[in-house]
Amino acid sequence: MGACVAWGLARRGLRVCVLDEGDIALRASRANFALIWVQGKGIGFPAYAAWTKAAAEAWPRLAAELRSETGINVGLDQPGGFTLCLSDRELQANVDLMVRLHSQTDAVIYPYEVMDHRQTKARLPAIGPDVSGSIYCPLDGHVNSLRLFRALHAAMKARSVDYRADHAVTAIEPRAGGFALNGAWGTVRAPKVVLAAGLGNARLAPMVGLEALMKPSRGQIIVTEKATPFLRYPVVTVRQTDEGGVMIGDSEEADGSSLRIDHSISSVMADRAIRMFPLLGDLNVVRTWSAFRVMTPDGSPIYEQSETCPGAYVAMAHSGVTLAPQHAFSLADYIATGTIPKEVAVFSTRRFRVPASV
Amino acid sequence: MTEGMVRRGHGIADLADEYDVIVVGAGPAGLSAATMLARFKARTLLVDENQTPGGQIYRAITLAQSADRRRLGEDYWRGRGIAEDFLNSEAEYAPATTAWSIQSVQDDAERIVGQEVGLSSTGMARLIRAKQVVLATGALERPFPIPGWTLPGVMTAGAAQIALKTSGLVPSGKVVIAGTGPLLYLLAAQLIEAGARVSTVLDTTPRENWLRAFRHAPGFLVSPYLAKGLKLLRTVQRRTRVIRWVSELAAEGEGGLREVVWRAGGCEHRLPADLLLLHQGVVPNVNFSNAAGCAHEWDEAQLTFRPQIDEWYGSSVAGLSLAGDGAGIRGAEAAAIQGRIAGLGCASRLGLVAPAERDRLAVPLRRSLARAMRGRRFLDELYRPGKEFRVPQDPDTIVCRCEEISAGQIRTSVSAGAGGPNQMKVFLRCGMGPCQGRLCGLTVTELIADERSKHPCEIGFYRLRFPIKPLRLRELAALPQTQTAKVAVLADLADTHHSADWNERKPQ
Amino acid sequence: MFRRLSDRASGEVTFTFDGLPVRASAGDSVAAALLAAGVRACRTTPVSGAPRGPYCMMGVCFECLVRIDGMDNRQGCLVPVQEGMRVETQHGARALTTEPAQ
Ligand SMILES: Cc1cc2nc3c(=O)[nH]c(=O)nc-3n(C[C@H](O)[C@@H](O)[C@H](O)COP(=O)(O)OP(=O)(O)OC[C@H]3O[C@@H](n4cnc5c(N)ncnc54)[C@H](O)[C@@H]3O)c2cc1C
Ligand SMILES: Cc1cc2nc3c(=O)[nH]c(=O)nc-3n(C[C@H](O)[C@H](O)[C@H](O)COP(=O)(O)OP(=O)(O)OC[C@H]3O[C@@H](n4cnc5c(N)ncnc54)[C@H](O)[C@@H]3O)c2cc1C
Ligand code: FES
Repeated sequence: MGACVAWGLARRGLRVCVLDEGDIALRASRANFALIWVQGKGIGFPAYAAWTKAAAEAWPRLAAELRSETGINVGLDQPGGFTLCLSDRELQANVDLMVRLHSQTDAVIYPYEVMDHRQTKARLPAIGPDVSGSIYCPLDGHVNSLRLFRALHAAMKARSVDYRADHAVTAIEPRAGGFALNGAWGTVRAPKVVLAAGLGNARLAPMVGLEALMKPSRGQIIVTEKATPFLRYPVVTVRQTDEGGVMIGDSEEADGSSLRIDHSISSVMADRAIRMFPLLGDLNVVRTWSAFRVMTPDGSPIYEQSETCPGAYVAMAHSGVTLAPQHAFSLADYIATGTIPKEVAVFSTRRFRVPASV
Repeated sequence: MTEGMVRRGHGIADLADEYDVIVVGAGPAGLSAATMLARFKARTLLVDENQTPGGQIYRAITLAQSADRRRLGEDYWRGRGIAEDFLNSEAEYAPATTAWSIQSVQDDAERIVGQEVGLSSTGMARLIRAKQVVLATGALERPFPIPGWTLPGVMTAGAAQIALKTSGLVPSGKVVIAGTGPLLYLLAAQLIEAGARVSTVLDTTPRENWLRAFRHAPGFLVSPYLAKGLKLLRTVQRRTRVIRWVSELAAEGEGGLREVVWRAGGCEHRLPADLLLLHQGVVPNVNFSNAAGCAHEWDEAQLTFRPQIDEWYGSSVAGLSLAGDGAGIRGAEAAAIQGRIAGLGCASRLGLVAPAERDRLAVPLRRSLARAMRGRRFLDELYRPGKEFRVPQDPDTIVCRCEEISAGQIRTSVSAGAGGPNQMKVFLRCGMGPCQGRLCGLTVTELIADERSKHPCEIGFYRLRFPIKPLRLRELAALPQTQTAKVAVLADLADTHHSADWNERKPQ
Repeated sequence: MFRRLSDRASGEVTFTFDGLPVRASAGDSVAAALLAAGVRACRTTPVSGAPRGPYCMMGVCFECLVRIDGMDNRQGCLVPVQEGMRVETQHGARALTTEPAQ
């Protein structure tokens, strides 16, 4: 988030400084599943579906610009994506969800297909007999999230963004005409400050009259050794990176306290992955990890300018990979000009105070 | 028991669900810890990846034959007693079994009440509990990143020793041994004794080390290392050419080693070679203790990270002890004594020996430990590998062998924003291959430190993850699954969720 | 690059490497048996295709990967060689075929 916004602001000619923590930090951007995912999002909040869909559509532009500025290919691949279901009930629950999404007021309509086993097998020949069916959405895709991370850093550097690691911010003081950000390392002053500190926002936001509402959310992921390509499309819980490793994800636990690996969860994920793709059974697992998501109470982003301290913004979202183009282009533009337009202002925390009109 | 001892061992399926103590590693430290614990009637399980007990120094000792005794010497043969004591004890033994994970078990009040160890053998994984765990996973040879060290035909000297101990193989053809460290001449002598024709030993010990080491000479003069060391040196010097003050080293060849190139006395030299054996000391194998969350510190004398331990070899994680070279390089003799002390510590924590009795029993052990460690400082200083062999200067030298990442790429990424080894992983994937950073971790830390003009202790190390040794997805899938876990993965979704919270719970 | 000492008694086993018969001693690891047979490189890397051979012989470097009885990426230095075993060069990344290996 921070890197997207910083680069976006620098593209607009602003002088930007990024203050970041050190080598070990809670950093969702280092731990994610790297999907650019549209299907299933935005129940009760069609604006989020629209924002997500536009993000997926803007991804080719972001990938191209990053490539031309840094030479790094982020491995964007948007062939459409699958949700694989291992029982008829699972399939039905997913179908119900898609139907509800497309029939809510102001629904954002996009194409998707419900497939049975045979139809799914035609696209994904490696599936096993336990797959009862799937949902395919042509808008979905994935990237190489490690290369995206590196490309954003390289792009910041190319645009002379002053990136400072080991610069944890401990206090922010609103000052006439701007803000003073303090840490053990000293002070930096700026007329505008964007809080893109992920989980760190919870502490920083109140210092400038903002609120960073979050709920605990933990996700666990399994990664295997490299293998020859077997999967042409990303599946919501299984994808093969362009380097060959297979990622299996990701759990969703309401736990914000511990990052210990739960082998029982790994087991369920591994088991489901093998039932989806039996040929994965003999792959060697090289890593498992868990990470906290930057999860707002309703799962949609929060973008907001402080009323009491204008010039201070908070920007946080789960699905920061999917939304990267929105953050680098649109959000950065709004912050540069100083106003957040109406269609983006719906993502303020006010939505948690007034009853949502569904 | 003359030509090979009885084989004894438990298959993974036969193991109990819970033990008082699990010891990982059947080197001198682990064998001694397990024997000590069995003596106190602790229900003890010793697991080790190898087929037979012995660890590195006493590898294959239970299969050793009289010819091996002659070749490898009395220090090797001593391992028989240690292995025998263990095999005669009540402790259970699971050979050919890899430990891949260890996590604390907590009670409702979040107090640590034990550990759960992930084991894998013959395609089956299990999670087994123990009240106490001793990690005695030993050392590995320090990475030796020179140009061409990935070529087939370049191996570690320790690897050649393993081939000798387990299979009676000796290097043949044109053999060059290069490096530094107290074990270099031992390995060279053992290979020569076994009949290998070593054409040259290239000694990379920096000249200035002699001055530094001199301060610690008094301890060394009264240590057993002195006589042994001199004898080895004589053996090697008599039987092969030793070239000192080597300041640069490279392996060359297409698809395999052809020539060894080095610089000494200001000149470049070349020698055709079929086999280049590298060695520049050993460092603790910290992958397990790191992933288990134990606190580590930088050891300036040994230029490596090592876990912090207390006087009973307890780590910063309750119920987890670390003994032997895995806790800091002290040598095999010290490892065995440490194992016994760690065993006493565990036995006392289990209530099997009263603290006063424990302390009394430890007194002579600590005395022998001090004796065994005499002269270590001298060796550490003398055999401190030169910076040019730890921190590659040539940008093309491969550092991460698995992902094929060069020193130059790492240096460039530092200025691009990757200021630490974990950010470096994200930038370059270095350390993310199957060896999980074992062969690049220290180099990456020191390279970043060099590039940022900082001290390695400020840079830190990779944060390692389970499984610390690969296991098959199928093995993971066969572990017990709780209902909570199924919910967390949305398995059986229709049974466990209302579709209303399905959206919220679907995070991508 | 290695030769076998004749003063150690142990049984003999025969296995194949890339289809050719190789003789080894009982108790050899696959990696040791290959070294004794003069095999220097046992795999190519998934990243660049470079040839590699055993480096540490103690299970930490993962350079000794070979395909054993149809199973890819096994650590040759940790697997004891067995009569009739089928050992093959590991070419790059693990091969995934649509038919699961059983
Ligand atoms: C290759 C090599 C050769 C050496 N040769 C000599 C020598 O000849 N003489 C000498 O004085 N010193 C030698 N050393 C130094 C060595 O460190 C000894 O001091 C001594 O072996 C240390 O004993 P230890 O019990 O601490 O560990 P080790 O003897 O190293 O034993 C550790 C054991 O733990 C096992 N292990 C590690 N991780 C796992 C896991 N995850 N699951 C299951 N098992 C695991 C290993 O396979 C090993 O058997 C050598 C070191 C190396 C690396
Ligand atoms: C398991 C998992 C799977 C995911 N899968 C996907 C996916 O498939 N698709 C998708 O689109 N998204 C996915 N995400 C979400 C995505 O990773 C996040 O939305 C995104 O990375 C959030 O980025 P961020 O910059 O807001 O937060 P972070 O990456 O957490 O960055 C916050 C930064 O702020 C710094 N910081 C914190 N406090 C301070 C302070 N006081 N001073 C200075 N710096 C500070 C931190 O060090 C860190 O660098 C996933 C997340 C997880 C955890
Ligand atoms: S040779 Fe290093 S793991 Fe086998």
